[in-house]
Amino acid sequence: MASRIVILGGGTGGTLVANRLQRLYGGSASITVIDRDDTHVYQPGLLFVPFGLAQPGEIVRSRRAQLRDGIDFRLAEVESVATEENTVHLAGGADVEYDVLVVASGAELQPQETEGLQGSEWGRSIHTFYSLDGAIALREALDGFRAGRLVVNVIDMPIKCPVAPLEFCFLADWQLRERGLRDDVELTFVTPLDAAFTKPVAAGALGSLLAEKGIRVESEFATGRVDAAGRRLHSWDERAISFELLVTIPAHGGAAYVARSPGLGDALGWVQADRHTLQAKVAKNIFAIGDATDVPTSKAGSVTHFEGEIVVENIERLLAGEELTGSYDGHANCFIETGFHKALLIDFNYDVEPMPGRFPVPHVGPLPLLAESRLNHLAKLAFQPLYWHMLLPGHDIPGVGSRLHSAARPLSTTGSEALP
Amino acid sequence: MSTVTLAGSSVEVDAEGFLLDAGQWNEQIAQEIARANGIEELTDRHWQVVNFMRNSYLESGSAPSVRSLGKTSGVPIKELYELFPKGPAKLAAKVGGIPKPRGCI
Repeated sequence: MASRIVILGGGTGGTLVANRLQRLYGGSASITVIDRDDTHVYQPGLLFVPFGLAQPGEIVRSRRAQLRDGIDFRLAEVESVATEENTVHLAGGADVEYDVLVVASGAELQPQETEGLQGSEWGRSIHTFYSLDGAIALREALDGFRAGRLVVNVIDMPIKCPVAPLEFCFLADWQLRERGLRDDVELTFVTPLDAAFTKPVAAGALGSLLAEKGIRVESEFATGRVDAAGRRLHSWDERAISFELLVTIPAHGGAAYVARSPGLGDALGWVQADRHTLQAKVAKNIFAIGDATDVPTSKAGSVTHFEGEIVVENIERLLAGEELTGSYDGHANCFIETGFHKALLIDFNYDVEPMPGRFPVPHVGPLPLLAESRLNHLAKLAFQPLYWHMLLPGHDIPGVGSRLHSAARPLSTTGSEALP
Repeated sequence: MSTVTLAGSSVEVDAEGFLLDAGQWNEQIAQEIARANGIEELTDRHWQVVNFMRNSYLESGSAPSVRSLGKTSGVPIKELYELFPKGPAKLAAKVGGIPKPRGCI
């Protein structure tokens, strides 16, 4: 009998794994993708929507249309996974049995976790660009914003694309300067981390960029509640920050069904998985990919892309009765938009910090790592067609491998090395 | 990385003072790290959090974030910040002799 492979989630990870498996097995495996809707958002594009640099219609496509012929796409809400019975329970009572399950249902925004965040000011003076509707509403709010305190706030880690809030600051600074309003706006970045970014060396580079652009940083600010009427953020240790316009990144958690499936996830709903093989700890025939996992690297598209190859290789071995050899190294790379048509690029893995050096990208040429350049900006904008036409269909992108590039060199552990 | 002497034992710590080897830890070391970080006396409530952090790390290889501590340790987030000012997960990990939590990446 053909192996039944069921994939929960038709986003970046689910789609590219489904397409790679379909190419690998043809008709000899049945591949089903289950998602609650048919809207696939190119999430890196959300950052640009509030600034009018991308139109909502440009970054949304059908999920189904990204899947190869022969893949079954089902619209359904998942109720839970019964890992001992190899069965997915769908809302409404239907069951789907599997031989191999891939959990690719990403991260959910949980603004309800923060007291007061979704009160009377949600969608008025409190916004987020981490959802399509939010990004569209924020565009209008930014257009109408002319003076006062603009606060960009990360509620808690982990979040998707941890550099995006910084990029938002850089782009807001740029747009406000272009509009001649920058002197009338106090721009503040509020983070629970002890620096601008999680990795010390990159945090140093990003921190000095923020300072150069006159963006204030409030670090170690863990938001406990929001006083919507008073337009103030309060930290758990009783500090307060006032705003006229708040751009918040709500707390994230895994899909709700993960928490309803015994043993599958941790307290926040992330699937507990081996950080190298991506096999779920609860069962050998379950794998997890992308934002849905608890593996200690960034929740980012590049991570999902690199993990995809590993997951497919390990599924193939599992079904063949062989030992798993696919081993993910934690590789992530991110373009960081810094405004004024520039961006920088960072590249790291579980063991190696973001490093200075150059990273080869096809059609664009070597990009300076951890240094602002015009080329990096072009690369970020140029990536969307590659996403739809190369990454999702599961083709290899020349020069962008799942392992950290061998030319990359580790920094000294002091983290004090000068940047180019 | 450097070697320091804590409560009479020689231990290896990273640049921020987190123990590199959880096996080198003991309760006297915990007391000394706590005092050096502004916690005069480790109370039962402190120990509840420190032990929870340490056990989670030893079982799963990673330490919980503040939000999951609030959901699972039996100590609400508000109190976590009173017990371990500024960064409860970070400070409790340091006191508990385990590496800096990597949840925040």
